[in-house]
Amino acid sequence: MADETPKPEELIQIDHRPPKADWMEVPVNIRKGMYCYASNPKSVEYLGLPHARAWNPLDDDWKLPENWQEILHEGFKERLGKFRSFKIFMDTCVRCGACADKCHYFIGTGDPKNMPVLRAELLRSVYRNDFTRMGKILGKVNGARPMSIDVLKEWWYYLFQCSECRRCSVFCPYGIDTAEITIMGRELLNLLGLNIDWIATPVANCYRTGNHLGIQPHAFKDMLDFFVEDIEEVTGVQVDYSINKKGADILFITPSGDVFADPGTYTAMGYLMLFHYLKEKYGLDVTWSTYGSEGGNFGFFTSHETMKRLNSKMYAEAKRLGVKWILGGECGHMWRVINQYMDTMNGPTDFLEEPVSPITGTKFENARTNRMVHIAEFVSDLIKHGKLELDPSRNDHLKVTFHDSCNPSRGMGIFDEPRYIINNVCNHFYEMPANTIRENTFCCGSGAGLNAGEDMELRMAGGLPRASAVKYVHEKFGVNMLACICAIDRAALPPLMEYWVPEVDVTGLHELVANALIMPGENERATDLRAEDIPGREVVEEVEEGQSDGESEEQADE
Amino acid sequence: MNLRYIIPLIAVIVLFLIAFLGAQVSGLQYVFGVVIPYLAILTFVLGFAARVIGWSRSPVPFKIPTTGGQQKSLPWIRHSKFDCPEKTWQVWVRMALEVLTFRSLFRNTRMKLKEGGRISYQLELFLWVGALAFHYAFLVVLIRHLRFFLEPVPFVVQLIENVDSFFRMEIIYPAFKFGLPGVFISGFVLLAAVSYLFLRRLFVRQVKYISIASDYFPLFLIFGIALSGIFMRYVTKVDVTAAKELTMGLITFQPTIPAGVDAVFFVHIFFVSILLAYFPFSKLMHLGGVFLSPTRNMTTDTRARRHINPWNYPVPVHTYDEYEDEFRDKMVEVGLPVEKMPEPVPAEEPASDSEPEQEEQKE
Repeated sequence: MADETPKPEELIQIDHRPPKADWMEVPVNIRKGMYCYASNPKSVEYLGLPHARAWNPLDDDWKLPENWQEILHEGFKERLGKFRSFKIFMDTCVRCGACADKCHYFIGTGDPKNMPVLRAELLRSVYRNDFTRMGKILGKVNGARPMSIDVLKEWWYYLFQCSECRRCSVFCPYGIDTAEITIMGRELLNLLGLNIDWIATPVANCYRTGNHLGIQPHAFKDMLDFFVEDIEEVTGVQVDYSINKKGADILFITPSGDVFADPGTYTAMGYLMLFHYLKEKYGLDVTWSTYGSEGGNFGFFTSHETMKRLNSKMYAEAKRLGVKWILGGECGHMWRVINQYMDTMNGPTDFLEEPVSPITGTKFENARTNRMVHIAEFVSDLIKHGKLELDPSRNDHLKVTFHDSCNPSRGMGIFDEPRYIINNVCNHFYEMPANTIRENTFCCGSGAGLNAGEDMELRMAGGLPRASAVKYVHEKFGVNMLACICAIDRAALPPLMEYWVPEVDVTGLHELVANALIMPGENERATDLRAEDIPGREVVEEVEEGQSDGESEEQADE
Repeated sequence: MNLRYIIPLIAVIVLFLIAFLGAQVSGLQYVFGVVIPYLAILTFVLGFAARVIGWSRSPVPFKIPTTGGQQKSLPWIRHSKFDCPEKTWQVWVRMALEVLTFRSLFRNTRMKLKEGGRISYQLELFLWVGALAFHYAFLVVLIRHLRFFLEPVPFVVQLIENVDSFFRMEIIYPAFKFGLPGVFISGFVLLAAVSYLFLRRLFVRQVKYISIASDYFPLFLIFGIALSGIFMRYVTKVDVTAAKELTMGLITFQPTIPAGVDAVFFVHIFFVSILLAYFPFSKLMHLGGVFLSPTRNMTTDTRARRHINPWNYPVPVHTYDEYEDEFRDKMVEVGLPVEKMPEPVPAEEPASDSEPEQEEQKE
């Protein structure tokens, strides 16, 4: 964490009253701790995106192309013609203010330009000037202003203080979605090469190596091998896995972040254990892929086109390997892309089969044409049919709450599957207050490419509403574990918890599943996947048979 | 002084003066009573249509509904039909709830930062109540006014009038008479709601901060319309028969200016004309936009039914072959399967020198 980041007791001094001066009169102040570094020109160039160059947001001169205003104007016009959403959202806002205090960045910073309505007005003001008669005639009184270098800087600063979480759109009477506006705004900025590096470099990495972190295939395999060793240490079982295997039943794709850093690694270990279990018990053949080793898609934070370029690998790899369908791991924006964009962009998927669980026979009707199933859907179905032998008491040292990640919540609607799983693998589950979960959930504060190190103040401020709700259940119920189904959460929430609620740790859903999963031939586990002692388990208990529904074939397998 | 509401206020006062004074000049009554209303209606209809057509010209490339509840997935998980609609009829219900009951506004909460950093979110329904009161009062007023354009007056209109004037208030003194004709509540509710919406913009700091001239102007204008209507009905006691003669003349394309129509009537009709003409060029178009918002009016079955993007175009991708060409040796080394085995390296060259090899294979 950057040393300059203010202390929690300083950061909590938030004034939500807007200043007296007209917002157009308040010049943008690009402040350290609140912005991310500019994109590395090599990354921009690798992707063939325009105007790659070294530039610094703090400099006066952003080294813009000479006709930058024309580029923006034309880009704006083009997008109004291509996206009805953009046009409607520019036109219909009545500035009722319902969205104002719904944004976690506004709640955490008090900066009025983080009110969703004003974030949109940053673009709308230029729209009025460039594309409406009323705006041209009345000018500033009517919220119109011409594009200028200061306006551009304001766009850049505040469009990278939005995590595209869509919370405001739930409350808007016209469904105006700031995420959509930010997406368009960032696309426009990218026309001028004005990306941030935390997005641009992962995108370039993903394009080349198949994942955001730039892990090359041999290293990817090394990492999985490393997990295999760790799993053996904890469980005594040497798990088997496949990569790039042709003819497997299912291709599994998950964010590379979970292969790389704690605590996501424990979730990755959970996947390996689950797949091993399913192979041993039911002969299910799941393969990982190195070419498709990224579930996430930072292209989504760059432009629709870049999103499509990165996403294409999922179907291409499924086709090459000849699998029946694709299973997707826990991730946030990955699932918005898969759920709302993938089939449209890169379908149709006639080379795949309609997804059916070979173990339970359940048809995943809701993924009929897109043919990609969320692992929480897949696993909750397994549990419902009694196909997993589970000992939830192994998670008894954890008091768990669940953070609904923004994109799976408001861009997909997956709420009850993960809760069902948690309730089956843990005995102590507590919900956070209703206004902070499900469709009202708060962002971790670091989504949409903002989980860099240099914008720590922004992240801690933006994560305040989430942390505050966690703190509430921590104090009330003694919650010590925050579960989530998003890899960015697993990277972003640990520092957030450390900052606001240091007593609470972060876990993925499938780490909890794997802790509870009774593997064939395992030793009596004395520790969880983190190699931490499970209290009361130092003396090992016999696992009782028939704990789960105990299908007869399962026992025959023993 | 905030120009953002001062200018619209002055504009509405000027409009009032134009109509009020203009109507006194005998020749101009025809302009205010006939020409301007016709032009306004024409502008409204054409402008509204142009706007909606303009919106629908832009395609909806992606299905991006905001999901506000549990998706339809496994059969034993309870699906939230109207917040995450999977079928078209469910979208209709979602839209109806949105358009008729302002459901999203009903969710509104108010955030408060308390001592010790705790944040609370309380249900805040003033805006919802105000908005509902405003829109429904306006609707009732509109329906009541059909009386002036239809002969005989339809039963529905009479029914609504009866309901609207359900509460009788009569003050009858020689010096002050009120309540005859019967009091319509809708007009007063409209006036009150408009005032609330205005005061909210003025006194809620965050809302004041974001408000612009085109937020205030329609409020002042509608205030003027409601006030002039009420004034005519209860104070100056406009000659209703004459007024109806004029409006019927408009609708039957036989415009006349009957005697006995007073200046307030011209103010009223002028304000309405301005509102109609202004409508298509303003945020009032949310009336049309609310039906077209892609985050609300689409099904959430994006994985079960493929949505077509009319401008979907091919993009440059990094193919598997290009990928394997770059990493083949490393993959082979750790035993990862490959499509193409590496070409045998000539004996004299060291095997680890993979850089130039890559170039050869690229083709």
